[in-house]
Amino acid sequence: MNTTTQATPAAPENYLSINNIEVIYDHVILVLKGVSLTVPKGKIVALLGANGAGKSTTLKAISNLLHAERGDVTKGSVEFKGTRVDQLTPNELVKRGVIQVMEGRHCFAHLSIEENLLTGAYTRGNSRAELKQNLEMVYHYFPRLKTRRTSQAGYTSGGEQQMCAIGRALMAKPEMILLDEPSMGLAPQIVEEIFEIVKDLNSRENVSFLLAEQNTMVALRYADLGYILENGRVVMEGDAKELASNEDVKEFYLGLSSAGRKSFKDVKHYRRRKRWLS
Amino acid sequence: MQFFFEVLIGGLLSGVMYSFVALGFVMIYKASGVFNFAQGAMVFFAALTFVGFQEMGAPFWLALILAFGAMVLLGIATERIVLRPLVNQPHITLFMATIGLTFFVEGLAQGIWGSTVRGLDLGIQDEPIEWIMDKAGILVSSFDLFAAGVAAALVTLLALFFQYTRVGRALRAVADDHQAALSIGIPLQNIWRIVWAVAGFVALVAGLLWGARNGVQFALTFTALKALPVLILGGFTSVPGAIVGGLIIGSTEKLAEVYLGGYVGGGIDSWFPYVMALAFLLIRPEGLFGEKHIDRV
Repeated sequence: MNTTTQATPAAPENYLSINNIEVIYDHVILVLKGVSLTVPKGKIVALLGANGAGKSTTLKAISNLLHAERGDVTKGSVEFKGTRVDQLTPNELVKRGVIQVMEGRHCFAHLSIEENLLTGAYTRGNSRAELKQNLEMVYHYFPRLKTRRTSQAGYTSGGEQQMCAIGRALMAKPEMILLDEPSMGLAPQIVEEIFEIVKDLNSRENVSFLLAEQNTMVALRYADLGYILENGRVVMEGDAKELASNEDVKEFYLGLSSAGRKSFKDVKHYRRRKRWLS
Repeated sequence: MQFFFEVLIGGLLSGVMYSFVALGFVMIYKASGVFNFAQGAMVFFAALTFVGFQEMGAPFWLALILAFGAMVLLGIATERIVLRPLVNQPHITLFMATIGLTFFVEGLAQGIWGSTVRGLDLGIQDEPIEWIMDKAGILVSSFDLFAAGVAAALVTLLALFFQYTRVGRALRAVADDHQAALSIGIPLQNIWRIVWAVAGFVALVAGLLWGARNGVQFALTFTALKALPVLILGGFTSVPGAIVGGLIIGSTEKLAEVYLGGYVGGGIDSWFPYVMALAFLLIRPEGLFGEKHIDRV
């Protein structure tokens, strides 16, 4: 692999690591062709790439939601804090502190916002007082949810639903959140608001994040590290700031080049392959 | 006018009996999105098992507990053997599976306990209550009143369970979105087992009441089909809907029979509810209390 930015941070504790996983859907469709990545404790790691690159699949391979979609991890391993977690059920994984916020929010439409949040604490079996305390913590980060607490989630705005989904995950008191495409379908202003909160949660509650995003520019601004996936492979990895200033990334994902702004569709696919995969 | 009220009250109270069966459908549909066609067979199975244990000499309470145990086992086995291998299959597949299950459960019940018609005595007289007759001149059966009381208690219990408990909330969450429920660590299989157990319990209560009224016999499974118009009226996802739907179906079918039956030769209470359901589908397909499909545009 000929990556231009060789980021080797001072190797902090390897918290979550994925080692060379291969994922096959329906026994025939090969989606991930050996993906390896690590998330250091307390960091925000961005997983970037175009549609169909395998971002969501990578997250689901970690959270073990693949089975429900007839996907299988056929090679490689996933380790969290030194133990293999690839054979655990999502329930066991949530209890160990890894939880996924799915793409497209997936709030429980007929439950109120507060009930949605409460279901997030299911695995913990908290007492009433603890639940109340957790709720207050979530409302502290998402004051907007507090004002909508009794509304049916299905009738709230996209931004509020995204906040609800993240808040619901927080109720499980996770150490690590796998956040899939938080910016999907949201106004830029709301996207900023949500990323600010993610950053806040990261620094104050010490939650690590692995977030899959198509919105490369915003993601790299808030992340510490980044990986770029293409066609089921990691084609680039490194420090988020370095990635953001990398010429290829700029050209392919941000539409910026030395010749000024440029549409993504003008960037020929074969050229990208040649430069990265040769 | 007195006669009208008598028919109305009789209809309402018998409607409660339909509600019981409908409740079982609602439970399973709410939590797993499966339309469990076998609910009627479960009612039959439950009643037959209860009577069977009684015939073996078990006292009332023991028979009740044993029959409940059998229903829980049946529910768990169904979840494990029929539904779990079919997770994520299209709805129609699951529906077909429950039709198959219907015939299996009916056969199983008769295979174990035999197919003769049995009486079931709950120790409650099916007679008019005298003081109501003296005061208002209306005949009200004490058995019907008892059934209504049980229904009220059961519905309150279920509503509280769904609304305020951790497991109840999880059940509703699973009903809304399996995937999301899975992603936040709700163990779907445990939830489904609980649902089937609760549905089994509801089937047992329905089976006892119907059995005591009409005798424990195969025809119970047909009576249970009356739950379908009840569900269409009340909404497939609503516990109160099942009750109100049952009341409406019960009272209108009796009133229709009495006041309209004469013109068409009688016996219309067997099909009138279905016509009502059909009309209702055209006007309000989600039912009176059903959850509206929330679509974001």
